[in-house]
Amino acid sequence: MDVTVEPPLGMLAELTHRCPLHCPYCSNPVELAAKRDELTTEQWLAVIEAARDLGVLQVHLSGGEPLLRPDLPELVSRASDLGCYVNLVTSGLGLTKPRLTDLAERGLAHVQLSVQGADAARADLIAGAKAHARKIDAAAVVHEVGLPLSVNVVLHRANHDQVGALIALAEQLGADRLELANTQYYGWALRNRTALMPTPGQLAAAEPIVRAAVERLRGRMEIVYVVADYYEKYPKPCMYGWGARQLTVAPNGDVLPCPAASVITTLPVENVRSRPLAEIWYESESFNAFRGEDWMRDPCRTCDFRARDFGGCRCQAFMLTGDASATDPVCSRSPDRSVVDGILAAEDAAVRSGGVPEFVMRTPTVVR
Amino acid sequence: MPGKPRLRRGVRLTFDKVRDTHVLLFPEGVLVPNATAAAVLELCDGASDVDQIAARLGTRFRGVRAEDVTDVLARFEDRRVVEWT
Ligand SMILES: C[S@@+](CC[C@H](N)C(=O)[O-])C[C@H]1O[C@@H](n2cnc3c(N)ncnc32)[C@H](O)[C@@H]1O
Ligand code: SF4
Ligand code: SF4
Repeated sequence: MDVTVEPPLGMLAELTHRCPLHCPYCSNPVELAAKRDELTTEQWLAVIEAARDLGVLQVHLSGGEPLLRPDLPELVSRASDLGCYVNLVTSGLGLTKPRLTDLAERGLAHVQLSVQGADAARADLIAGAKAHARKIDAAAVVHEVGLPLSVNVVLHRANHDQVGALIALAEQLGADRLELANTQYYGWALRNRTALMPTPGQLAAAEPIVRAAVERLRGRMEIVYVVADYYEKYPKPCMYGWGARQLTVAPNGDVLPCPAASVITTLPVENVRSRPLAEIWYESESFNAFRGEDWMRDPCRTCDFRARDFGGCRCQAFMLTGDASATDPVCSRSPDRSVVDGILAAEDAAVRSGGVPEFVMRTPTVVR
Repeated sequence: MPGKPRLRRGVRLTFDKVRDTHVLLFPEGVLVPNATAAAVLELCDGASDVDQIAARLGTRFRGVRAEDVTDVLARFEDRRVVEWT
């Protein structure tokens, strides 16, 4: 293949799938890894070292809820000592002042805190737990410890109307950065797609509110708005290219080019227990499958936008067309765009007839 | 120029041995400054103004003008890496 493979910049380390919350929009796979399948402390330390040797500079410690791993401090120390920028991606539950002070002393650089709604009533309903008040406390702790804070909100039908209040909440919490991300339909979110899909009216109402806030808060709080891609004309530049910048390590040690890639069942799955990380990055079939442009077919192959969006998301192409090398069906040039339009029409019909299903809350799969 | 530049909260400047270059790390990503820019950023301590930074750089590089420093800093301010105190 004629592709120069650069070293990865970032690693998403999903330390565990366990989580005290039950968000129906969760992008974790429906088949959650059980605790007994998680990598040990020694194995995670080795993964972090291998990642740094490979060129990783940013380590995102996520999950599930990373604070449920008692070895989190050790992992932060190792990643930071090796020169990585360490980011904690958390629901905030369990983020006490002594714990965060310790993590900060060990080199933690940044905290990304998720919030489910603008007030406790709404947020706790979506989280499936009494969580909101504890998140407010967690944000205060981040402030007291003096770490930079990003607030992350996943937007969907059940909270889209709160977008203005969510921006106000992030300001109140002293966030340096607010990510308002429309739901990406992977894992539990795909299962709940009909209940989560925002209406065109909601999206249209949110747009001017977000635009005005971006202007008003410029220089104080950066707002990143991630659009609802099913409603877009062109797909997102997923992962800035497959196997280009980031890798994900799942709780059980599976190594994936993107957090959702386990849905592509036609690709072999690599694991750090059986193959060195560098070999997985440079040589594995799964990481090389969609690198560069050789894999592309029409219309992407000759499209002027292919260097900009890389043909969109491989996981979405697979989930919606059954073919991982198809053009992302979100694209208006895709022969399969009718699949996405059909989904939007069916969801619109469900809303009109009052037939929107209840959320299926995220729960662990029962292990037999 | 409004005062003294420093790296924004949450931004770190380090040397990456794998790529053999300075790198700027922050929540959204990674930037690779060139050697001159890295030298400027290393001196952004929030206590020195542009003239002082230019003078200090002058001992390492020849012909450094305050404008050059200002240009570099403006670029990084746009990328939300540098702020002024
Ligand atoms: C899977 S969570 C794990 C960390 C932690 N439990 C939390 O929620 O912050 C990682 C990040 O992905 C975001 N997220 C979860 N599901 C998503 C989805 N379907 N689309 C977009 N972002 C999502 C969360 O808000 C969080 O910022
Ligand atoms: S998105 Fe919600 S359910 Fe999923 S891991 Fe984060 S807090 Fe837990
Ligand atoms: S045809 Fe392919 S490359 Fe062109 S815009 Fe659509 S997804 Fe992107």
